[in-house]
Amino acid sequence: MPTKIEKDTLSGQDTTGHEWDGLKELNTPLPKWWLWTFYATIVWGLVFVIIYPSVPGWRGTSGWIAREAIVEEVRAAQERNAPMMARLREATPAQILENDEMRAFALAGGRVAFANNCAACHGAGGQGATGGYPSLADDDWIWGGSLEEIQHTIRHGIRANESDDQRQSQMPRFGADNLLTAAQINDVAEHVLSLTNRATDQAAAGRGAALYAEQCASCHGERGEGNREFGAPRLNDQIWLYGASKPEVVAMIRNPRAGVMPSWQGRLDAATINMLTVYVQSLGRTN
Amino acid sequence: MFAWLRDHGIIERNVILMGVLTLITVSIGGLAQIVPLFAAETTIERVSGVRPYTPLELRGRDIYIREGCYNCHSQMIRPFRDELERYGHFSLAAESMYDHPFQWGSKRTGPDLARVGGRYSDDWQAAHLRSPRALVPASIMPPYAFLDRPLDVSDVQARMRALRAVGVPYTDEMIANAVADLRAQATPDADAAPFQGRYARARQAAFDGNPAVVTEMDALVAYLQMLGTLVDFRDVTPAQLRQP
Repeated sequence: MPTKIEKDTLSGQDTTGHEWDGLKELNTPLPKWWLWTFYATIVWGLVFVIIYPSVPGWRGTSGWIAREAIVEEVRAAQERNAPMMARLREATPAQILENDEMRAFALAGGRVAFANNCAACHGAGGQGATGGYPSLADDDWIWGGSLEEIQHTIRHGIRANESDDQRQSQMPRFGADNLLTAAQINDVAEHVLSLTNRATDQAAAGRGAALYAEQCASCHGERGEGNREFGAPRLNDQIWLYGASKPEVVAMIRNPRAGVMPSWQGRLDAATINMLTVYVQSLGRTN
Repeated sequence: MFAWLRDHGIIERNVILMGVLTLITVSIGGLAQIVPLFAAETTIERVSGVRPYTPLELRGRDIYIREGCYNCHSQMIRPFRDELERYGHFSLAAESMYDHPFQWGSKRTGPDLARVGGRYSDDWQAAHLRSPRALVPASIMPPYAFLDRPLDVSDVQARMRALRAVGVPYTDEMIANAVADLRAQATPDADAAPFQGRYARARQAAFDGNPAVVTEMDALVAYLQMLGTLVDFRDVTPAQLRQP
């Protein structure tokens, strides 16, 4: 029990009356500004309870509901963009590039749409990723880098079986289906490496040349120049989807892998696909 | 005016009074959390499509919880325009009505996953779980390559019975066929009819790319790929979501 409440001479406050080894405790009241702020928050809380749907059964005096307000907000934003989106929907990607206003809008909108839908596989800057996710930031296009070809790929996808007009091709499983022996696959792999002057066994590469001409050249080209009609990648450059090393090349001949890209036609609207087309082409180079 | 405030010493000196006042204060906080639960039937929206998890998805969800995915990923799209444009329709209470416990979370070190289902391919999900930085160089997510190990299916029925006890409408038939359904979902060539009959719009696939073994990876990818896909929002109007 407090016994000796004293007036502290320095601060002018009372003490609590406790004393421990000569130490006394001040009994300073809470600052007035703090107390008033505290009471104001209580009053503000009560106002909130009245205005907004705060307890089950009470709708609030404002009638505001977050879920319905957001519908209106999204609609208003879409309305603001609607005239430009309508123009982007009607225009071809080439026309968008010719018009400064449309191009600026498409590059900005395309960047956001790319980040949200494409970046997971193709990378935030379109740089791709190892394991079959192609870079879009170079001039090596598997299915073609013209505006029309990019737009078609985005619309219909690749091997996703979501659109009848999808990009479709399949490389034979030369090893898994016993079309070539292990020795033959080794020779073909050496020949493929020789296209970029990386063969480790010139004799094997020489033996592989005939097999390559017979089995591979119809899609990948006689000198490995690739064929965009079949999505057959170039083999005579330094860009490798599934790895450049010999074991990786052998694995691709034995049991090929093939990338899948969804069809975006039903997922994104035509204006967004046009924006993406313009944006994706801007990442790399057409040729 | 504030003279009575100086008398708080009365409370400090009287343990019974202090106990009673503490009880009242804590009760107010408790009631604010408990009372709405009695109105749960009015807060869960009447939308169609939500079904209990398939056995494989359920095991995937258990792995999601076991690995602490919720520490970095929320499953709650809030009604803000930026979230709607990025993630899709805002989350509904109905979408997690069979979650015990729900995985809404509030910590977003990684992105929200409430509608991640179908956004990426199965291959992408499996490759990303095995090595996140191979696909997203700036990611700080840990690798989960060890999930490529056989899934323990021995207790899946017990888990379903436990969920039934707290209100998830698993039927006797669903529980009896749990292991068969689990294997059917992870095997693309398996007979789909009985499984599909029990779990509407459930997808069969070799989620981890290997149909021969049902792995923890299969379960987790199956769970991720169904998140947020059950309700068809083309049929839902804002007025329908209004609480009665």
